[in-house]
Amino acid sequence: MTLTILRRVLAAVGVLLLISLFTFLIFFWLSPDPAVQICGKTCTPERIDQIRTQLGLNLPFWEQYWQFLSGIFTGRTYGEGAAAIDCAAPCLGFSFQTNESVTDMIVARMPVSVTLAIGAALLWLLAGIGGGLLSAVKQGTGWDRGVMMTALAGISLPNYFVALLLQYLLVVQLRWLPFPQSVTFAEDPLLWFQSYLMPWLVLAFGYAAMYSRIVRTNVIDTLGQNFMRTARAKGLDGPIVLRRHALRPSLTPVVTLFGMDFAGLLGGALITETVFGLNGVGKLTADSIAKNDQPVIMGVTLLAAALVVVANMLVDVAYTYLDPRVRVKSA
Amino acid sequence: MSTVPSELAVETEPKGVLPTGSAPTPARRVITTLRKSPAVVVSVCIIVFIVLLAVFAPVLSAITGWGPYDYDPSAIDSDLGGIPIGPLGGISAEHWLGVEPGNGRDILVRVAYGARVSLMIAVSATLITTTFGVIMGMIAGFFGGLADQVISRVMDFLMAFPSLIFMIALLSALPAGNRPALLVLVLSIFGWPYTARVIRGQTMSLRNSEFVEAARASGARPLKIAFREVLPNLRGTIIVLATLAVPSYIGTEAGLSFLGVGVMPPTPSWGQMISTAVGWYAVDPMFFLIPGTFLFLTVFSFTVLGDNLRRVLDAGDAAS
Repeated sequence: MTLTILRRVLAAVGVLLLISLFTFLIFFWLSPDPAVQICGKTCTPERIDQIRTQLGLNLPFWEQYWQFLSGIFTGRTYGEGAAAIDCAAPCLGFSFQTNESVTDMIVARMPVSVTLAIGAALLWLLAGIGGGLLSAVKQGTGWDRGVMMTALAGISLPNYFVALLLQYLLVVQLRWLPFPQSVTFAEDPLLWFQSYLMPWLVLAFGYAAMYSRIVRTNVIDTLGQNFMRTARAKGLDGPIVLRRHALRPSLTPVVTLFGMDFAGLLGGALITETVFGLNGVGKLTADSIAKNDQPVIMGVTLLAAALVVVANMLVDVAYTYLDPRVRVKSA
Repeated sequence: MSTVPSELAVETEPKGVLPTGSAPTPARRVITTLRKSPAVVVSVCIIVFIVLLAVFAPVLSAITGWGPYDYDPSAIDSDLGGIPIGPLGGISAEHWLGVEPGNGRDILVRVAYGARVSLMIAVSATLITTTFGVIMGMIAGFFGGLADQVISRVMDFLMAFPSLIFMIALLSALPAGNRPALLVLVLSIFGWPYTARVIRGQTMSLRNSEFVEAARASGARPLKIAFREVLPNLRGTIIVLATLAVPSYIGTEAGLSFLGVGVMPPTPSWGQMISTAVGWYAVDPMFFLIPGTFLFLTVFSFTVLGDNLRRVLDAGDAAS
């Protein structure tokens, strides 16, 4: 058991290292010279050299990579003397466009993304699992067809389109909601709720659609298995069979998926945040792409990758507790 | 997020689609069954329509008299910040689906050219990932051992990757240039494991079936067994996987273009049109509604077709 967990943790660390290496490689090889960008139009070759030295861009690839990696754990200093810039650990890089450390920029935007992710997750778990169960239990009826049609629409509608549609209908046409604004819960609870309602719904719709399709398939699969027949033969009635025997095996795959999806959202809901103007990590990424602020893009990519990998690992470990069959197989 | 290809992984669990040993479902029976479903008929009609729109985009451009890059200042009201003149985003005999606010480009013609770009990218990526995925999946499943170990590890790594974020990072770092080709490349790199995984699983179960044993006993070489015995039995699965891959790539491409890292202006693409429309949605909703509807209908139709193909190919196997 401990060995299994240890192996999973090591594998996750390996994947993280590989991801950081690939990300670094991409920006090292493919992107235009950041020194030229920082230098601007009135640039002399001496100034470029100076910036390169300051950023450590004159060093070979492995040394730069090592500086970046160690910066995450111990922090690092760009340049020397009076012009030196300190970047405290965990240092994910430094944006010379905004003169801020990438870590600070991300931390400042995190609360919005977390709020968005939690609210949407609650909604989509409820709707996705509820819809999927309803559909499976009432298989072949109008309920089933209705839920599955909605789900099909949900996975086919791009979320930016739903976002625009909803915003146009509810805000511009019907005027039921105000324009979403960046307020905290403490400042104005009602406006806060109204501002997050549409983003929550839009995000949740897509995921709920996907989850209900999976839950339906899994429940129908489970209901057809032998242990279900045994449970019914023992004289247990429908709802109990469903709750005690069908739900757990049907929902374990959902746990894996949920771990990854939720972690992915913590790294920023790029599209939803952009459309609704929510100042989260996703908006930060989108803005940085528009401004070509590479240290930020790289930092966010790494963070998002790390979140997903860690979530994946946690889910795998949780599995060994949730599903006894996994334990047996790995032993 | 519905634009991530990883969704495909969930939709295409090998569950069910297991043609273990039975004869491949005759194409005629599949078509007969599918024709009875109104949803499928409508979907196929929509797909055919979109494909025709894409193929004949230049003809359409000649008929309407507007190229995809032609500005029409007479169709927009420069006093009102450039919103289209006339109701519903400037729909008129001149511009059948209205014009883009700000510059007056014809929406219908741009949607048609956008369909070209979208379909070209999605179909190319599907061809590449399907071919590569089937080859890799068959090698891993058929030969097992070291080959399987290596291929499976690479697939695990690629699938553990948060692919959308990485695609964005990669595309934003890459210099401009042939954007559609880059998109195909990036989609393919992250897309093939989803095909390969399913193919690998099915190849493994086919490898132990009686007819493969028989072929092996009669002295057939491994390559011949793979192509003559195993591959024909994977046909149904490959068709279903490819049909479902197309909408997922269309969606991903549109999402990437929406975020500004996909197809670059002035080349028209649906995602990019909707992205431009964000600034105009309150005054000119038709500008996001029209490309959005085309995008939705295309993805929806391919998904309905893929879902039904899977159902029918399953049932066909179960029945025989």
